[in-house]
Amino acid sequence: MHPPSSMTPVAPQPDAATAPIAPRSFDQVIASYQPVIGLETHIELGTRTKMFCGCAAAFGDEPNTNICPVCLGLPGALPVANAAAVESAILIGLALNCSIASWCRFARKNYFYPDMPKNFQISQYDEPLCFDGWLDVRLPGDSVDIDGNVEQPSSVRIEIERVHMEEDTGKSLHVGGATGRIHGATHSLVDYNRAGIPLVEIVTKPITGTGERAPEVARAYATQLRDVIRALGVSDVRMEQGSMRCDVNTSLQPIGASEWGTRTETKNVNSLRSVERAVRSEMCRQAGVLDAGIRIVQETRHFHEDTGQTTSGRSKEEATDYRYFPEPDLVPLAPETAWVDSLRERLPELSAEKLARLQTEWGLTDKDMAAVLGAGAVQLIAATIAAGATAEVARKWWLGELARRANADGVELEGLAITPKQVAEVQQLVDRGSLNDKLARQAIEGVLAGEGEPGQVVAARGLEVVSDTDTLGAAVDAAIAANAEVAQKVRDGKVAAAGALVGAVMKTTKGQADAQTVCTLILERLSAS
Amino acid sequence: MSTITRDEVAHLAHLARLAVTDDELDTFAVQLDVILSSVASIADVAADDILPTTHAVPLTNVLRADEPGTSLNRDTVLLAAPAAEGGRFRVPRILDAQE
Amino acid sequence: MTEFIKLSAAELAGLVADGTASARDITQAHLDRITSTDERLNAFVTVDAEGALATADAVDARRAAGEQLPPLAGVPIAVKDIVVTNGIETTAASKILRGWIPPYDATIVTKLRAAGLVPLGKTNLDEFAMGSSTENSAFGPSRNPWDLARTPGGSSGGSSAAVAAYQAPLAIGTDTGGSIRQPASLTGIVGHKPTYGGVSRSGLIAYASSLDQAGPFGRTVLDAALLHEVIAGHDPADSTSLDLPVPLVADAARIGAAGDLTGMTIGVVSNLSGEGYEPGVVSAIAATVAQLEQMGAKVVECPCPHFDYALAAYYLIAPSECSSNLARFDAMRYGLRVGDDRQASLEAVMAGTRDAGFGAEVKRRIIIGTYALSAGYYDAYYGQAQKVRTLISRDFITAFSGCDVLVSPTSPIVAFELGPRAEDPMAMYAVDLCTLPASLAGVPAISVPCGLSDGLPVGLQIMAPVLADDRCYRVAAAVEASLNSPVLAAAPQL
Repeated sequence: MHPPSSMTPVAPQPDAATAPIAPRSFDQVIASYQPVIGLETHIELGTRTKMFCGCAAAFGDEPNTNICPVCLGLPGALPVANAAAVESAILIGLALNCSIASWCRFARKNYFYPDMPKNFQISQYDEPLCFDGWLDVRLPGDSVDIDGNVEQPSSVRIEIERVHMEEDTGKSLHVGGATGRIHGATHSLVDYNRAGIPLVEIVTKPITGTGERAPEVARAYATQLRDVIRALGVSDVRMEQGSMRCDVNTSLQPIGASEWGTRTETKNVNSLRSVERAVRSEMCRQAGVLDAGIRIVQETRHFHEDTGQTTSGRSKEEATDYRYFPEPDLVPLAPETAWVDSLRERLPELSAEKLARLQTEWGLTDKDMAAVLGAGAVQLIAATIAAGATAEVARKWWLGELARRANADGVELEGLAITPKQVAEVQQLVDRGSLNDKLARQAIEGVLAGEGEPGQVVAARGLEVVSDTDTLGAAVDAAIAANAEVAQKVRDGKVAAAGALVGAVMKTTKGQADAQTVCTLILERLSAS
Repeated sequence: MSTITRDEVAHLAHLARLAVTDDELDTFAVQLDVILSSVASIADVAADDILPTTHAVPLTNVLRADEPGTSLNRDTVLLAAPAAEGGRFRVPRILDAQE
Repeated sequence: MTEFIKLSAAELAGLVADGTASARDITQAHLDRITSTDERLNAFVTVDAEGALATADAVDARRAAGEQLPPLAGVPIAVKDIVVTNGIETTAASKILRGWIPPYDATIVTKLRAAGLVPLGKTNLDEFAMGSSTENSAFGPSRNPWDLARTPGGSSGGSSAAVAAYQAPLAIGTDTGGSIRQPASLTGIVGHKPTYGGVSRSGLIAYASSLDQAGPFGRTVLDAALLHEVIAGHDPADSTSLDLPVPLVADAARIGAAGDLTGMTIGVVSNLSGEGYEPGVVSAIAATVAQLEQMGAKVVECPCPHFDYALAAYYLIAPSECSSNLARFDAMRYGLRVGDDRQASLEAVMAGTRDAGFGAEVKRRIIIGTYALSAGYYDAYYGQAQKVRTLISRDFITAFSGCDVLVSPTSPIVAFELGPRAEDPMAMYAVDLCTLPASLAGVPAISVPCGLSDGLPVGLQIMAPVLADDRCYRVAAAVEASLNSPVLAAAPQL
């Protein structure tokens, strides 16, 4: 038995980087190195109960209320595997084009840690439930090749090494140190509600040859993996809640070299955006170390959302020997063909076919579709359309104003405090003429700020378009009187000059007028006289 | 098969979270060496084509329905804990003070 | 009412059922017996007199209400202290668990309660069932009622001593490598290790998960069979539990008692004899085999060449699994915690507690297991041991193609003196030689008293194919019937 490559125990090595070494710029990295990346993604399944016991698999309950002898590791308690979790794992495997093992076992991974009640984790070792799959990942097509041509969106096939099942650990609260960190804490408080929640780990094979697009590829893979799993309905896949967690392996191979470099594993990557940032920052850091003539230490690193940097997580690591052996308390899984086939029939329309269909329905170009995919907006747009918006409008909101706000706040689109239904409602107000574009953006802003439903925001902020022609008429008359010269130009046939008058009216009505109506009123008055 | 040294026993004791004393180390090193050499005969018995038995009785696919069961009362459980605080199990500092 | 204590479980149940005696009086008689003898025997770790009398009263009330009682209702029973009991301290005879009050019942305890049996308390054992003499108990060794200087066997020595000393007519033991059969043999009573998966392991504090089985002790074969039928059967809480009909062992015991074995072929394991086997044991076994032949059985010799490697395989597999199973005893969620001065690190507290809380044998096995599972040695040790397990199973299959049951001594030696052997781990391990093959193959095996050697009891081990536990009981009952008087009758009065 040899551990899978990602689990090879690491002997402690002298820390070469005692003095800080300046990272290289990304361009410098690309000039000298070819990155090799790999992703290990943990998905918390959305089953009702835990992996091996009947406790609720719930998020956010009072601490230690969903615990029983099994998930608390009490003496004598025995695990029994959750059928729905096994089926979910097989579904994920099938959706990722994997082979399903005809026979496989659970294994114990032995190590001591207080958030793990048995001091071993039930996992799978050299017999994963699903193996040898792939996911075709589409990349946004905004890069330019060396001849200056805009590249068409490309597709990268990510090979999946394995999909296996395991149980989650509890959660520790570190007390007495600075801001809840483990360093400097005087003690920790452990909640085992999460212990035993079913996890599926999806491990890619090393991804090579992506060059400067490696960070983008990592993000695109994570995004599309999330979409695939969400479509299966087996998990809510929320990175910010920890139901999807990505560990990113990165190494650099000097261009021309035949062997891969030493890899690091970056943990604590808590958003899709961070997946990209973590790869980029780790590439730059490693290049700095290598260029200084120092070797890379194989280690776990932690990504920091605030700085966008990784730091060594090695402080308490040591030569680890997990002493895997087949779990004697659980019998092997042997999914029969009929069972797997029946699960295959439950697969929703997936990835390639579904995306092709949506692209046609929504009337998007390849480039537009790639942008939608890259932003992780497929489900959001679909839901917005389902709530009554047109495809064009839904795409415009999510990739325009909302993407801008998400980016400014450093969150994913789905992390924004607005639902597709609310977006559709705002648009309906626009379509009815109650809001113009500017007011609609303000309504969105209000919803995001937690001021309520779009209707409430519009009422509270007084955003309604001024469509009362008497009020508008007065404003128009005032504008004409104040801008006699411009008015004359319009009367002389220079219709374009009316824009200045429209602007003046909009200013006096604080933007709450419909520009088209104002324009019509101005032209009526000036041609009539 | 190699014999087992005192250092190896110390390493194993650490892996197993056993703070064994020096005396225990000395005793165990000798005893484990005897035990391991007694079981060494096993190395040559089974050919490569023999499949290992991990479960005495061959069963597969023993699964339970995804139905909620009963959870324990938190107070009862925490009462049995060496230390508890705020509805959670209190455990000593995970890292040494100097780390 | 001391005569109650000499009766069999079947007889006591009859008295309760027909109203001749109350469960309370029967229970009180056994509690009194414990009070008068246990200072010398140390069979019990915990006696739950109050709980036992309340349970007995409940049985009496059920009868008074005209309810049809289950077959063993009102019969007292001793439960090995590795079986989890809701609300009753469960220690596994380890300092690390002292004071632990479980919040749940083992499945077999639930079944005992449902059947109206009356648990008297928890019996002593080698810490976490690791040992063959009870000398590894944190509460001191139990003593053999045949000779208080000797061991009642192990690890279920408290249970065997209690039954042999008439403290209880029945007891629950657990058997990982012989921990029911060997103590039964050494105390002159009946003990059965069921087919692996035949009795739920849910709520047995795990030593070696792939080997552990709970089973019955009784002074008669029928008593053991009746208890077997109470605790056996499928349990959805144990993934390794067999969802198949329970063998009809009580019927088999009744049939066997007629003493007719015509049509049965009995295989004598030729390599479970010879060097290291006491001559008195060998001759008692030979005489019993001759008796079986007289009762109509055909006797054949069965070579089982890989049984010679059972000891080595067992002492790699069991410690490996134990090193993982016992990792949970870490001072964090229950049990002992030492050295937490609010400054010490978690690792220091964990390692300090485990060193202070576990006895030497447990630590030895944890270290061996940690070694056998570690990356560089896995194939050579654990992996190889599992292959030997396959070979031992094949030996059984081959043997059972030519015979119905296999027989051997249960122990190569009779009850040995407490003390000297405990100093030498390998000498202690060798005591398990005969019982290990059935454990590794998961097949059922019983020990039945068959004679004496130097005035101490000898047990015959009868092994059968998977789920043919009934054959064990049938042949055991025939052996029992062939004796002029029960072996235990020769034991000195306490």
